Amino acid sequence: MSTPVNLVGAEGTAAYYNLNEHAHPEGYSTMLGFWIYLMSDCLIFAILFACYAVLGGNYAAGPGPKDLFELNLVAANTVMLLFSSITYGFAMLAMQRNALRATQGWLVVTALFGLAFLSIELYEFHGLIAEGAGPWRSAFLSAFFTLVGTHGLHVTFGLVWLTTLLVQTGIQGLTTANRRRLMCLSMFWHFLDLIWIGVFTVVYLMGMLR
Amino acid sequence: MSHKETHAAPIPHGSLRDYSIGFGLSVVLTAIPFWLVMAGLLPHAVTAAIILGFAVAQMIVHMVYFLHLSGKLEGGWSLAAMAFTLILVMIMMSGSLWVMYHLNTNMMPMPVDMRHAA
Repeated sequence: MSTPVNLVGAEGTAAYYNLNEHAHPEGYSTMLGFWIYLMSDCLIFAILFACYAVLGGNYAAGPGPKDLFELNLVAANTVMLLFSSITYGFAMLAMQRNALRATQGWLVVTALFGLAFLSIELYEFHGLIAEGAGPWRSAFLSAFFTLVGTHGLHVTFGLVWLTTLLVQTGIQGLTTANRRRLMCLSMFWHFLDLIWIGVFTVVYLMGMLR
Repeated sequence: MSHKETHAAPIPHGSLRDYSIGFGLSVVLTAIPFWLVMAGLLPHAVTAAIILGFAVAQMIVHMVYFLHLSGKLEGGWSLAAMAFTLILVMIMMSGSLWVMYHLNTNMMPMPVDMRHAA
């Protein structure tokens, strides 16, 4: 039985395995790993979209999209999320300039737009449930609440994450690790805006055309 | 230790120009579908096709200008992962719709009043 010392040390000794694995810097694969997570999240949303596409016409003699949806609210929501996307972009640009205060400022603005989005969505959900059009009413409404609710839940967790990063950058500054975290949240946030494009088009706008 | 700092993970860098173009295009690509549906000028089928096209266009705009996705990112692995995901999504969406559509058409005929109730 040969010892690892022989394998590494002596010249001309056959090395059967590489003891001196070349070093990867910390967080080397985080961005790709996070991207693959987002792709798996994309599959979740695809399944919920497919459910909605299949069940969206089953009203069970209850109210349909035209009776329930208010496009003005949806337009306001879309604007909130789009603004939050661009302000997050400004936060990233400030981060590239190493401007901590500006980064945090834009993050706060992003959080406010995100909160506005959630408030409008909760107001809409509350109105629907008060009308008796909750998720139990019909297959259409079950699919609707699941799809839109899952997106809203993602936004909620994004806001929790954003608040955490505000505190972390406040304590540690723009360290390499914090930059990486901000980049991941950036991808998450833009991804949620991308999913919302599908939601407002397929659920709300196409719903009004049924 | 400085070695770590200089060889940190490659991070896609956006520019103000990228974000501005992305935002401008997004506003246009959002406003037109909303206007089309609210104004109701065109037949429903035409409007549906147009707004779906705008949604796909806006998703691509977001990927390019906000997510900075390109074939070079992570040596092409990001794009490969996304292509794989999109193939899965296409199979699942088209498969579900196709199967369920045929299931509905091949259902036992029901009395007319029941069909409308369901």
